[in-house]
Amino acid sequence: MSEETKQSLNRREFFSYITVGWVAFTAGVGGLLSLAFRYTYPNVNFDPEMDFTAGLPADYASGVDERWKNQYGVWMVKQEGKLVALSNICTHLGCIPTWLPGELKFKCPCHGSGYYMSGINFEGPAPRPLERYKIGLMPDGKIKIDKTKVFRWEKGEWENPDSFLNV
Amino acid sequence: MSGKGLADKVRETQVWKSIFRHGPPTNARNRAAVIAGNVFLHLHPIKLKKSGVQLGYTWCMGGLTFFIFLALTVTGLLLMFYYRPTAEYAFNDIIALREHVPLGIMREIHRWGAHAMVITVWLHMFRVFMTGSYKPPREFNWGIGVVLLILTLLLSFTGYLLPWDQLAIWAITVGSNMAKATPFMGHGGPGAMLAQIGDFVMVSDKNDVRFQLLGGRFVGEPALLRFYILHCVFIPLVVGVLIAVHFWRVRKDGGISAPL
Repeated sequence: MSEETKQSLNRREFFSYITVGWVAFTAGVGGLLSLAFRYTYPNVNFDPEMDFTAGLPADYASGVDERWKNQYGVWMVKQEGKLVALSNICTHLGCIPTWLPGELKFKCPCHGSGYYMSGINFEGPAPRPLERYKIGLMPDGKIKIDKTKVFRWEKGEWENPDSFLNV
Repeated sequence: MSGKGLADKVRETQVWKSIFRHGPPTNARNRAAVIAGNVFLHLHPIKLKKSGVQLGYTWCMGGLTFFIFLALTVTGLLLMFYYRPTAEYAFNDIIALREHVPLGIMREIHRWGAHAMVITVWLHMFRVFMTGSYKPPREFNWGIGVVLLILTLLLSFTGYLLPWDQLAIWAITVGSNMAKATPFMGHGGPGAMLAQIGDFVMVSDKNDVRFQLLGGRFVGEPALLRFYILHCVFIPLVVGVLIAVHFWRVRKDGGISAPL
């Protein structure tokens, strides 16, 4: 064997180089694709805050209060000694129902689901009651509502003390 | 010079010959060369069975779908000159397209064409199914066709948001809530509960597929921009490529199917 042939690749070495090359290429492409995937999730978005301070319990009269509806999507419902933060998202397909004071019900304009003041569904296609958000008192006596935690009636979660305030 | 018309003279010029390499399509060989030598027509089979192209057999539904797709591309491109996909301008621009622009029916043509394309795609699929044209060797092309059907519906869905009126916003709210119910990838779907370690929720409304689709937790301005890009650029590009593959496979799988 001459010096020159020793330095060139033989068949086996050639294929191992090719394999390394393809693995590196696949890893590179995979890395770029996962970066592109991560790119579709922004680091910052300007959705409304998920928790907010809602004043003092004494600010709310009996019945449905709509003051946080447009900004945070929450109805404050005071009934039978309890104050709850009710989600305004219809449990059928996610539209926003309207509070009808004359008929004492929440009525969804999309497909006609109806809910009592308590949030319990009674008409239309809604499969379950409206959800409650976590509600509690801060040390200064103001109400704190946390929308990241929801309480579902059908799971028995409305018994949870975080789902209502005794007033 | 006698006996030679103007058309013959034009065909002898170097300009003509540089564009069309073949002779006039007066014999079978040249007619085949017409198809094979054209980048657009070569996707098409060189020869078709006379029985295969009968209107009663094909309904011309595939061809009509393609024609409508081209019409939608042209009208959509024209609409893009006036439409700005932002919460501030989108709805006003839609009104302006009717009131402030000559040929105010351009958006109507686009909209009716979109409805027509969904209908013709379904009818084309129905025809292909009823004539058994999905059977081997055409089963791969049936698969391409199914993907094209889904992309057509997605084009229809993404275009639905762009008028930015109440109907659009709530229709997309309802539609994108289906993404929320995707197994494992949507925060309301089956499997999302499993991916929860203590209080740490792995699949939440901030990182699931619905967030990716909308660019937020609800249908807002980021969703409008995303749907605009998907509707005007991304999906049409994919559809264009797949249409080329679809036509090419018609040719490669033995031409258009024919009655037995």
